[in-house]
Amino acid sequence: MVNKTATAIRGVAAQGVLLKDMKVSRGMRIFRAFNLVFLLLVVFLTVYPFLNIIAQSFSSEGFINAGQVNLFPMGFNTETYKLILADSTFWNNYGNTVLYTVVATAISMVLTTAFAYAIAKKDLKGRSVFIGLAVFTMFFNGGLIPNYVLISSMGMRDSIWAVVLPNAISVFNLLIMKSFFENMPRELEEAASIDGLTQYGILFRVVLPLSKAIMATMVLFYAVANWNSWFQAFLYLDNPDLFPVTIYLRNMIAGVTTAGSAGGTAENVGQIAANIQSVTIVLTVIPILCVYPFVQKYFFSGVMLGSVKE
Amino acid sequence: MALRLDVPPEVVPGAQPDKAKKRRDKPGSWKLAIKRDWRLYTLLALPLLYLLIFRYLPMAGNVIAFRQFQPGGSIFGEKWVGLKYVTLFINDPSFWQAFQNTIILGVLTLVFCFPMPIIFALLLNELRSQKFKKFVQTVAYLPHFMSVVIIAGMILQNFSMNGTVNQIAESLFGTTVNFTQDPGWFRPMYISSEVWQTMGWGAILYLAALTRVDESLYEAARIDGANRWQQTWHVTLPAIRPTIITLLILNIGTFMAVGFEKILLIYNPLNYATSDVISTYLYRVGLESSNFSYAAAIGMFESVIGLTLILSANAISKRVAGTSLW
Repeated sequence: MVNKTATAIRGVAAQGVLLKDMKVSRGMRIFRAFNLVFLLLVVFLTVYPFLNIIAQSFSSEGFINAGQVNLFPMGFNTETYKLILADSTFWNNYGNTVLYTVVATAISMVLTTAFAYAIAKKDLKGRSVFIGLAVFTMFFNGGLIPNYVLISSMGMRDSIWAVVLPNAISVFNLLIMKSFFENMPRELEEAASIDGLTQYGILFRVVLPLSKAIMATMVLFYAVANWNSWFQAFLYLDNPDLFPVTIYLRNMIAGVTTAGSAGGTAENVGQIAANIQSVTIVLTVIPILCVYPFVQKYFFSGVMLGSVKE
Repeated sequence: MALRLDVPPEVVPGAQPDKAKKRRDKPGSWKLAIKRDWRLYTLLALPLLYLLIFRYLPMAGNVIAFRQFQPGGSIFGEKWVGLKYVTLFINDPSFWQAFQNTIILGVLTLVFCFPMPIIFALLLNELRSQKFKKFVQTVAYLPHFMSVVIIAGMILQNFSMNGTVNQIAESLFGTTVNFTQDPGWFRPMYISSEVWQTMGWGAILYLAALTRVDESLYEAARIDGANRWQQTWHVTLPAIRPTIITLLILNIGTFMAVGFEKILLIYNPLNYATSDVISTYLYRVGLESSNFSYAAAIGMFESVIGLTLILSANAISKRVAGTSLW
């Protein structure tokens, strides 16, 4: 009986909703159609430059120069790929990028985790000072010149340390991690401490194993940032053997080198530049595109974590 | 959270009550804190050392703005010269041009790049197909993960004489424009690429906020006869207002630093008239011409304005909107 009434009510309710839907439906339908078209346009405009670069990378210079390459390669050409892939400087710089990314991410993770774990303890004396010291650097920094002077004076020029150390802690990441640790059930750590674990033991045996998701997120945050970074290397590295691949690309864009310069006589350097640049861009982007599906998912959850903080 | 801290001593098992009592005996004693938490303090040692060396030492290094600096000498300079470098840049027309460009690009960025993610998030939120929504999001976030070097390469290629933008211009107007070198086109080029880069990812925090809007509010609004637009205006926007304000304050805080790395990669001497901003100008003065003190003075000026902006934005929003960063 009760069930029947409930069904009946639900039926009426559904009808009501249906009716209402139909009433607004014309304006709504126009809006939805417009919205769909607009968002598809956004998708197209976002993807277009990438497709254009890929098309250019497989095109021959003549067509690029004539302004005929859009979405599809014209005058199909893989010579430039062969040229770049045979360039030992390219591979050396690519290797450097991998090395810098791994080392910098490891350093960042150790420092950030240690920092975040300590300041997540609400009864730690001096906690607010430590937090304040970190947060203040988000809004005020020494600036380019003093940083440059300092790092040069420490003899870090032309060494990996100038690339991997100066930006080791991202305060944004630190705060996300801190709020994650803060939201861990206290009972866990209390129980562990009764079992005789020290604060180190708790961190390594209880907290970290339960933090795999946030750790993965942080590793991806740092790794992507390091993979993409170029400015530190640009400032402090003079030896081309130490360049990351972003500098290889930057120099190409700036016209400093037409790397794999085997390709060009003076007058066609300008022409092939677009093609060579496109190939290098594609080769640099590939690893990011491969991890992108994972990164995107984790980044989103990381940002969500950070945003529930308040 | 605060409640848990106030658990009465009798329910806390084991050694806790003892500790709690000790803490109450000598509140705030460092000796006790270190005895109890020395392991935590050791964890803090390296990160704090990092902050000291790579963040606070450079801040102190700004004194070279008021001192004579010798490359290879002390990082804090050799001797006091007072406001020499400050008066130097105040009388430097190139500086004021860079200053003006910074303000204009900053304002344009706020006007165009700040609202776009909000609109984008609202439109995404209207989609009924979750699959399509996910697809659009996945694509729109992509530029955020690209190195600025790659972005710069793409900008220069798309706006080059034979790039896509000129192909379109030619078919529509029959002319081509040298976008990358004409000072009149730098700002449109910069801002449009900035929107391209930031719109998708910028929406992410709004989307997160939108998922937390109470569904019953919409129901109530619907019963009151609100149409879709009114629901958006009276329910959705107020619900994400704190997020909007927080992000606005943060954006104002980075106002002075406008896309330094990107501009450095895409500008050239031909369009300095509109493209040169304070950060790129001080880069050239300091690192290309080695006028360290002069550049440090400009940099300090920039940082102080940035800090002032964010502090005022925060104070204003605290008073007017009741939302603030701290």
